[in-house]
Amino acid sequence: MRVEQISVFLENRAGRLAEITRVLGEAGVNIRALSVADTSDFGILRIIVNDNDKAKAVLKEHGFTVSKTNVVAVEVEDRPGGLNHILEVLGKEDINVEYMYAFVQHTGKNAVIIFRFDDTDAAVRILLNNNVKVLEGKTVYTL
Amino acid sequence: MIYDEEFETLPREALDAIKLRRLQHLAERVYATVPFYKKAFDEQGIKPDHIKHLEDLQELPFTMKQDLRDNYPFGMFAMPMENVVRIHASSGTTGKPTVVGYTQRDINTWAELMARTLSAAGTHKGDIVHNAYGYGLFTGGLGFHYGAERLGASVIPVSGGNTKRQILLMKDFGPTVLTCTPSYALRLGEVAADEGVDFRSLKFRVGVCGAEPWSENMRTEIEEKLGIDAVDIYGLSEIIGPGVSVECIEAKKGLHIFEDHFIPEIINPETGEVLPYGTPGELVFTTLTKEAFPLIRYRTRDLSILHREPCKCGRTLMRMGRITGRSDDMLIIRGVNVFPSQIESVLMARNDVAPYYVLIVDRKEQMDTLQVQVEINEEAFSGAVKDFQTAALDIEKDIKDMLGVSCKVQLVEPKTIQRSEGKAQRVIDKRKL
Repeated sequence: MRVEQISVFLENRAGRLAEITRVLGEAGVNIRALSVADTSDFGILRIIVNDNDKAKAVLKEHGFTVSKTNVVAVEVEDRPGGLNHILEVLGKEDINVEYMYAFVQHTGKNAVIIFRFDDTDAAVRILLNNNVKVLEGKTVYTL
Repeated sequence: MIYDEEFETLPREALDAIKLRRLQHLAERVYATVPFYKKAFDEQGIKPDHIKHLEDLQELPFTMKQDLRDNYPFGMFAMPMENVVRIHASSGTTGKPTVVGYTQRDINTWAELMARTLSAAGTHKGDIVHNAYGYGLFTGGLGFHYGAERLGASVIPVSGGNTKRQILLMKDFGPTVLTCTPSYALRLGEVAADEGVDFRSLKFRVGVCGAEPWSENMRTEIEEKLGIDAVDIYGLSEIIGPGVSVECIEAKKGLHIFEDHFIPEIINPETGEVLPYGTPGELVFTTLTKEAFPLIRYRTRDLSILHREPCKCGRTLMRMGRITGRSDDMLIIRGVNVFPSQIESVLMARNDVAPYYVLIVDRKEQMDTLQVQVEINEEAFSGAVKDFQTAALDIEKDIKDMLGVSCKVQLVEPKTIQRSEGKAQRVIDKRKL
């Protein structure tokens, strides 16, 4: 029930993001979802790709600082209040969302949201108990 | 104007005779009273009575800054503490400060030399001296203060900072002589303009600027913006403070060294070999008359040049050129001595950054800026913002606490800072002096 996300440290320098997308593109790695966290001093690129091992290997080879993080992919009904329902379920159980970002691709009529929780296991359990659909990694990588 | 006609215009032979006699006494004195020098002389197989000519100075050992640190705080003093009436200390050296002591006679000597200095810059009795050098452990403020009083001028001991108030005092008190660092002189000009005060309409005639390296271009800028003559002075606390050498206002071409009190040499910083006049190298000073804290062949690490051409002002004292740099990696940033090793120690104490860094020094709007680029430690990266969220701010604060200098820290990716086989290139100094 976990999805692997790749995080890349980005120093504040023009063109650095493009270097990542170039390296991944040349290696035939497809980016499925992404988000950039930025501070005044540095940024972190977070990506879900179709081939984690390959992405990590080529990025390291090109000198990038890379780490893997477990995140959770959740199907959210594509209607007003869809996301709110899930956040309320989590809030009631005191599960903290560190960050979240949306998937470009839909599954049928539903949107997909990537969540990073401080307690991944508890979050997945609570979501499942509340009949929220949590996606498997292999499903997400090939969406 | 020459304050001490006798000693500042001595014929060369007479000056050299005085220097030799004083050097002989100095060697005897330090050999007898400073254990460090007895050991150093003995190790070189030298006795004080071997000194028969001025050239014999070259046989004596050098004194390094490290020797002063090793003998911290009072180990190099040649007088018992009850004869020491004043202690100063230098700013921000690696680890401990450099401590210097003065007897009452040293304080007198210093006041005389500063009176000579201010006089060479065109100051006289009746002038009002706005002294914006820092008062305290730093030798600048008090050095100028005593010199101006000795000359019979009126001193405003305003010290550094509170710039707007300084502008007010300048307007109301009508000072005629400005003493401060060259960068602060320009700062005063800027703030005056902001306050709607035309600096050129103030009564200032001359600025006596030093304590940091500056250039002819900066002189032109100060002179134009402030409407004054600006002269260069040189000194360092180890030797006496300000009052080692000064430009005369008549020529403004090289700084006259008060040779009857200090013997200068220029050496090759790599080999220690003494270089002939007109060859650039590292300045070395021997203090001839200081009682409490005499130094033999002290290596200043400042790069300059010596020459003995006669000067139109009438002084026979030899001149040194502007300081063009340092022979070690010490940086002077806004008047504070900064060693890369100090910044390194701040970085080494942390797990989230690696000890690979580069210091970029620049000068923007007349203020020195320091940027520290440091590589993050790859191991510390988990993918979360919190890994490094406060790193840059924390490092900036630690450096400020340690050195008193503000800087901007930039985190860079691992292995992006150039590695070097030999001595790492830690400093990029973009200041155009």
